[in-house]
Amino acid sequence: MIGRDLLGIEDLSREDIETILETAERMQEIGNREVKKVPTLRGRTHINLFFEPSTRTQTSFEIAGKRLAADVVNFSVSSSSVTKKETLLDTAKTLDAMDPDVVVVRHKVAGVPHRLAEVLEAPVINAGDGAHEHPSQALLDMLTVREQKGQLEGLTVTIVGDIAHSRVARSNIYGFSKLGAEVRVAGPPTMLPADIESLGVKAYTNLREAIEGADVVMALRIQMERLEGACFPSVREYAATFGLDRAKLRFAKEDAIVMHPGPVNRGVELAHELADHRPSVILDQVRNGVALRMALLYLVAGRGGR
Amino acid sequence: MTPPAAPGEAPAQAHAEPSTTTLPPESGGSERGSRVVLDDESIRRALKRIAHEIHESADGTERLYLVSIPNGGVPLGRILADNLESLTGSRPPLGILDTTLYRDDLSTRNARPQLRKTEMPSSVDDRVVVLVEDVVNTGRTIRAGMDALMDFGRPSHVRVVALVDRGHRELPIKIDYVGKNIPTQPSDKVVFTAEFEPESADQGADGPTRVGAMGLSVIESGARAGEGGSR
Repeated sequence: MIGRDLLGIEDLSREDIETILETAERMQEIGNREVKKVPTLRGRTHINLFFEPSTRTQTSFEIAGKRLAADVVNFSVSSSSVTKKETLLDTAKTLDAMDPDVVVVRHKVAGVPHRLAEVLEAPVINAGDGAHEHPSQALLDMLTVREQKGQLEGLTVTIVGDIAHSRVARSNIYGFSKLGAEVRVAGPPTMLPADIESLGVKAYTNLREAIEGADVVMALRIQMERLEGACFPSVREYAATFGLDRAKLRFAKEDAIVMHPGPVNRGVELAHELADHRPSVILDQVRNGVALRMALLYLVAGRGGR
Repeated sequence: MTPPAAPGEAPAQAHAEPSTTTLPPESGGSERGSRVVLDDESIRRALKRIAHEIHESADGTERLYLVSIPNGGVPLGRILADNLESLTGSRPPLGILDTTLYRDDLSTRNARPQLRKTEMPSSVDDRVVVLVEDVVNTGRTIRAGMDALMDFGRPSHVRVVALVDRGHRELPIKIDYVGKNIPTQPSDKVVFTAEFEPESADQGADGPTRVGAMGLSVIESGARAGEGGSR
């Protein structure tokens, strides 16, 4: 049974994840209708509370809420009183007094959604907190792999990039492992946390070994502005060593798919030729993101009997 | 999550199978206080008669579109399509429409019901849409089904087939084609079962697979007090 909030993949059981994915698979059909709307959350208020800019995730949650007929309100940093030094909890309590039925939170500090879930009446969905978790991204990645491969059990999934600072990597490690996939992570030693193997993954500093026989290769976005010089000597060197291109992908399984949470640094973590065509499924990920977030809203928002 | 139950008819339907239209083989007879009201043969006979009635109605079979409400409607819709095909020589399109997202009790329940497949292979515009349901009681599922249908277009007519009408209507809903009227207590459970394994998870509405043994039982509330139902 999925709890009141959706804060991270770490808290979910395998059955919870399967329920979410199956619900999302049913939601996909609504996106193919001429009228892409069902009345399920009619009269419910869905607040997007984004303290960190995000066009993709916020838009995806907004479309998901609207397809379920919720009233979606976007509360973003630039338009809020955060710039007037209102504290986080005061902001949250102010919003809560407006009686939302679900609050979707993104914050650059890990744990903020968890803290808000303690004080808010409304259920909270984590849309990314610091380097901690990004559960809806991991779930849409799992949905996309299930769509492409039929199931996750027994697959080998390699995640390449800045594992240490990536909430996408962390949520995906939990999620894919719980559903029986073998997860490998790869990157320069500066980007691999020393204790990462305690999460049950294998860590590689050699890309070729990491993607040998993989069914899924997931490239993470490199935050060039922040990390160049700190974690790797130069962007060009990173691209040459860990950037995915067709030549390196030859070591993976023949039918391997390539994923990326977006936005892509073309020519850095992913070569142009891979970003646009099969085996990349990047646009499938985006499309599935809406259905997956509809599933989360359906399962969490506006339930009765509290 | 809780298993699905029809809106307002929760005690009437016990389709516990989550994501497929497969129903367990007949087991009603072995339960205490449960009696089989329709066996496989009488269900098939009723579906033959209903196919004739649909065929003879003024609606015009060339514009027919059968839409099954899961789970129980799915095997029944399949058999009706077979019967209409042998009567008219042409097979009507067959769809599946899940009504869960249109239920009127979602905000009063704590757990969210599991969604079932929706598969609408062709447009409903200007079609005579026949909704196929196993058991109709309060009429709330049919209301949800009609609302869902309107999101797919504008049918010229909407008709309803029910294998069983229990009669405890809460909304002004009329059943056009009834297999059997069965008087029950509102608290009784009416369970339709069918041995039916659709050929693939993606395509349940129509296909070559035959529907196996079916049965319909009434489980009287006295014998199962405090059990079953979702509220």
